[in-house]
Amino acid sequence: MAEMVATRDVYGKTLIELGRENPDVVVLDADCSQSTRTAWFREKYPKRFFNLGVAEANMIGVAAGLALCGKIPFASTFAIFATARAFEQIRNCICWPKANVKIVATHAGISVGEDGASHQAVEDITIMRMFPNMTVIVPADGIETAKTIHWAASFHGPVYIRLGRAKFPLIFDEDYRFTPGVASTLFEGRDATIIACGLMVSESITAREMLIQEGIEVGIINMSTIKPIDRDAIIRASRATGAIITCEEHTIIGGLGSAVTEVLTEECPVVVKRVGMQDQFGVSGSPRDLLKHFKMSAEYIVQAVREVIGRKKRQ
Amino acid sequence: MAESIRELEDKAKEVRRWIIQMLAEAGSGHSGGSLSCADVVTTLYFKVMRHNPKDPKWLDRDRLILSKGHAVPAVYAALALSGYFPIQDLLTLRRLNSYLQGHPDMLATPGIEVSTGSLGQGLSIAVGMALAGKLDQKDYRVYTILGDGETQEGQIWEAAMAAAHYKLNNLCAFLDFNKLQIDGRVEDVMNIEPVVEKWQAFGWKVLTIDGHKIEEILRAEALSRENKHSPSMIICHTIKGKGVSFMEGVVEYHGVAPTREEAERALAELQ
Ligand SMILES: Cc1ncc(C[n+]2csc(CCOP(=O)(O)OP(=O)(O)O)c2C)c(N)n1
Ligand SMILES: [Mg+2]
Repeated sequence: MAEMVATRDVYGKTLIELGRENPDVVVLDADCSQSTRTAWFREKYPKRFFNLGVAEANMIGVAAGLALCGKIPFASTFAIFATARAFEQIRNCICWPKANVKIVATHAGISVGEDGASHQAVEDITIMRMFPNMTVIVPADGIETAKTIHWAASFHGPVYIRLGRAKFPLIFDEDYRFTPGVASTLFEGRDATIIACGLMVSESITAREMLIQEGIEVGIINMSTIKPIDRDAIIRASRATGAIITCEEHTIIGGLGSAVTEVLTEECPVVVKRVGMQDQFGVSGSPRDLLKHFKMSAEYIVQAVREVIGRKKRQ
Repeated sequence: MAESIRELEDKAKEVRRWIIQMLAEAGSGHSGGSLSCADVVTTLYFKVMRHNPKDPKWLDRDRLILSKGHAVPAVYAALALSGYFPIQDLLTLRRLNSYLQGHPDMLATPGIEVSTGSLGQGLSIAVGMALAGKLDQKDYRVYTILGDGETQEGQIWEAAMAAAHYKLNNLCAFLDFNKLQIDGRVEDVMNIEPVVEKWQAFGWKVLTIDGHKIEEILRAEALSRENKHSPSMIICHTIKGKGVSFMEGVVEYHGVAPTREEAERALAELQ
C-alpha cells in the first residue's frame, strides 16, 4: 500500500526549502494560510510572508507588484478564490505583463469533500488555461508536487499549480524527474490510453489493474503540465492504441479532457471518453464517496475504458 | 529637469498640447482624464521623481503606476519629453504596431512601469512594489494616480487597507478628483463622498490640494515624505478637460478625441 500524502502538505514543506535557498522567494495568502500550509513558511520567514486578509483580488495585484520589483511571489489560497475571484486580476496584472508570480492553489477539485459546492473548484484549469503566458500544472502526487514547486521558483513567468486537500497515494519515487511540458508515460498500452492528471492518475492505476483481470491493457499518461500540453504524447498514444480516456477531478468543459481532444481533433481523431465533472456542481461528502458519486472512481474509469474500446471495435 | 514653477507650468502646457495632437492624430482616446491629471504627471516626471530616461529599469528609480490607465497620453507625453523615446513617435498612438498602446503596456513602452487599463488594480500593484522596497531596504518611492470614479472599485479599498496595515510610508497616491466619470457626475453615478474621511478612516494621511497648482502639488508631495508610518493620499481637486475651454467639465469628452478643427482651437488656447 502506497504512502498517502496531501499535496498541500508537500507544498508547505517545499516552501520552507525555497525560503532557505532563495531570499527573493516571498509568500502571500488570503487568510487561508493554515489550510494552504503557507503558515509553515511564515513561521520560518515571517518578514517574507504577507497575509492580505480575505481579499484575493488585492493579493494577486500585490503579488504582481512584488514580482515587478524582483521578488518571486508564491500566492496561495483555495483554488476557487485564487482563480475565479481574481480572474481578471490574473489576466491583466500577471499574464499580460508576464509577471513572475506563482499561484499555488490548494483545495482544488471535488476532493475538497465535506465543504461542498461553494468550495470545490472544478473550473480552475479551464480558467487558467485560457490565459496567454500562463503555465498550468497539476501534480499527480506529493513527489511531483515538490518537483514542480522547485521548478516554478526557477522559471521566470506566470505559473499556476493546482493542489488538493485530501491525502492520496504516492505514485512516484524520489528519482522521478519532472520536465515541464513533457507528459510521463507510466504504462504503455495496447487497447486504449488513459490520460489523467492530479489524483485521477492514481485512480487510473487502480483501474488499469482491474482491467488487466479482463485481459484489457491500457496505457497511462500523467499529463501534469496541462499548458503547454504535450501534443506529441497525445498523438503517439492515439496512434498506438486508437482510443483515449481522459480523467480529471474537474469539469470536462475546458479542462484536461478539452485540452486533449483539441489536439486529437486537429491531429488524429480517435474514440474518446472524458471522465470528470459532467457540467455540474459538487456536493458535500467524503472525497472517496464523491469520486464514486460523480462516476470518477476506478470502477467508473474501467467502464469508460470498456465503452471506448467497444466503440473502437464497431468503427 | 525643469526647475522653477514657471518652467513646470510651461512643461504642463506642452504635455497638454501633445495630448491634443496625439488624440487628434489617433482619432480616439481619452481627452478629459488625460488633461485633468497633466499637472500632477508633469510635476512628478520633471521635478519630483528620481528616474533616468537612459536607464528605464534602474533599480533605485521612483515608480509611477498610472492606475487610471486610460489617461496614458499624459504619461506618454511626459516620457517623450523626458527623453525615453522620440517625440514624433507620440503621433503613432493607438496604431497597429505602435509601441504606444491605447492603455499602458509595460512590455511595449520604455518608462511605462505597469500595464493598466482595467480600473481598480493599480493601487494593489503599487502596494506590492512599496512592500518590495521595504524588504530590500531601498529608498525609492512609489506613486500612483487614481481616478475618482475608479475608487468605486472594491479592490481599491482592499489595497487601501493593506497599504495602511503594512505602514507603507513610501507609497504616495494622487486622486484625480475631477468629479466626472463616463456616465455622468461621480456624485450622481455612485457617490464617493466623504472622500477625505474615507481615506483617513482607512489609515492614510490625507492632504487636499488644487491639482492644477504646481506649487501645491510640490508642497503636498514634500509633506508626504514626512510620514513615518502611513501611506499618503493627495486629493487633487481638478477639472476634467482642464486647459481646453470647450472640454472643461464636459462629461462627453471622457472618451472622445478632438476633431482636427477642435484640436486647432485647443492648441491655440494652449499656447
Ligand atoms: C474595471 C473597469 N471597468 C470599466 C472600465 C471602463 N472605464 C474606462 S474609464 C471609466 C471611468 C473612469 O472614471 P474616473 O476614474 O473618474 O476617470 P477620469 O474621470 O479621471 O477619466 C470607465 C468606467 C475600465 N476601464 N475598467
Ligand atoms: Mg473622474
